[in-house]
Amino acid sequence: MTLDPTHLTISELRHLLDGREVSAQELLGLHLERIEAADADVKAFLRLTTTKAAEQAQAADRALRAGTAGPLAGIPMAVKDVLCVKGVETTAGSQILKGFKPPYTGTAVQRLFDAGAVMLGVTNCDEFAMGSSTENSSYFPTHNPWSLDRVPGGSSGGSAAAVAAGEATFSLGSDTGGSIRQPAALCGVIGMKPTYGRVSRYGLIAFASSLDQVGPFTRSVEDCALVLETMAGHDPLDSTCADRPNDVTRGLHDGVDKMRLGVPREYFEVEGMEPGVRLAIQKALKTLEAAGAELVDVSLPHTDYGLAAYYIIAPAECSSNLARFDGVRYGMSEQDVQNITEAYTKTRRKGFGAEVRRRVMLGTYALSSGYYDAYYLKAQKVRTLIKQDFDDAFAKCDAIVSGTSPTVAFPIGSRTQDPLSMYLCDVLTLGGNLAGLPGISVPCGMSEGLPVGLQVLAPQWREDTALRVARAYELAADMRVEVALVD
Amino acid sequence: MPLSRDQVRHVALLARLGLDPGDEDFYAEQLSGILGHIDRLQELNTDAIPPTAQVVEVAATLREDVPRPCLTQEEALANAPAAVDGRFRVPSIQEEA
Repeated sequence: MTLDPTHLTISELRHLLDGREVSAQELLGLHLERIEAADADVKAFLRLTTTKAAEQAQAADRALRAGTAGPLAGIPMAVKDVLCVKGVETTAGSQILKGFKPPYTGTAVQRLFDAGAVMLGVTNCDEFAMGSSTENSSYFPTHNPWSLDRVPGGSSGGSAAAVAAGEATFSLGSDTGGSIRQPAALCGVIGMKPTYGRVSRYGLIAFASSLDQVGPFTRSVEDCALVLETMAGHDPLDSTCADRPNDVTRGLHDGVDKMRLGVPREYFEVEGMEPGVRLAIQKALKTLEAAGAELVDVSLPHTDYGLAAYYIIAPAECSSNLARFDGVRYGMSEQDVQNITEAYTKTRRKGFGAEVRRRVMLGTYALSSGYYDAYYLKAQKVRTLIKQDFDDAFAKCDAIVSGTSPTVAFPIGSRTQDPLSMYLCDVLTLGGNLAGLPGISVPCGMSEGLPVGLQVLAPQWREDTALRVARAYELAADMRVEVALVD
Repeated sequence: MPLSRDQVRHVALLARLGLDPGDEDFYAEQLSGILGHIDRLQELNTDAIPPTAQVVEVAATLREDVPRPCLTQEEALANAPAAVDGRFRVPSIQEEA
């Protein structure tokens, strides 16, 4: 095991910090050096928050000395550019929010601050989290640390790449159709989308409000459980954030002996599934079986309709959510206009990129008079069928295991001309969003020299089950998240 | 069903998205391609299926209706592209008579 602190997990750093072998300020310095060395190539960060980080690291060292340190004291983290942090420019990867400094901090981030985490900076993402490659960022694309000419996945590509490249010990993302799990898979790190309603969305710039959830990227399953536990729980500022027991770490180390793991046959036959990915997943399933799990065949018969339903529901919600970007209260504004309509159209013409415009138009069309029943209502009914598929499957198993992404990381520029080919990246993950399920991706080997992710989906509110299966796999496969781009 | 250039123009206006020359053809082609995939939804008979808008059953958890501190006027206006006299400034909404 390497002793370079930029390669370690939260629990390992916790040990070093508690033993006074390293201070929070030293950890911060080492990570800033790592960012300096690696980020010119990786481009995970949009902006660094070094002043804030220095203050937080100082406070963490004080707390460590006083014995009052929180569970994340001194741990360096990166935050996706969709989560509001008071006074820190937050732009959702978009020109329309350039210069926007939120007047408040979102609940999930605040809870991590309260636990002592040190914020290094803001990470790149697809504009308004719309994309699967981080190429839709209006600033620049992020590069996969395992192969710099390839995408890191998306939309939370900067957060995944930062953890993979040793630039941050953990990071935050948001997942609407796979935007945490898919980049985690492509960058060889762990990423989790909680149950809809587990983590507050207060301070998350909204994309599709019935699908969005905030979640962590980490280097171990235990770290993932810890960060999630710290963020989770009821928030009076988000009425969809449920008041339920915070039980996500329950039975984490109990293993999978006698557990029934559902293998959905449709998830192995999706369009574009690479043989190398299928092979790595099948090997991972054997490992889980050898650890005592029983593999059960299950069926998710409406899988082929998931993408279609998603690409009505998510754009419909986004067309409504993005109406707020009108150039009046914040962000970009074209002031040289004759009337208010021209102010809106000129501002939004200049401020939104091609993918955002595509989805706003698609959503507006689906909601418009004469098309609502054929598209939006129909998609909502198909959503019911997809949820029913998962309910039926979970009657036969405790968790569902599959690949996270049908492919490994693809070359930058290879899918940008064909939106549908990009949308197909999410075909194994978006069902979890439509049904509100928790899902985690853990690295399970390589194909063509690039990481493959194993996805574990569990019933609503059973993050504990998803984490327990992931932990059992990590242990049985002797899997350790490696830091890429070794220089 | 494919989207026409007129429909693209109509939708762009509804969404207050300005279009550049060439955009109508570009988006008509791209959106038609995506809708071509989405049309497979029509294969499913959903007459007896209720729609799902909200997937997690959460009791309406309303917080106590008590006053609490909120943004000051200064904070609320801090990001405004244009402000005047403590208000957001916008272009004229009504045409001159």
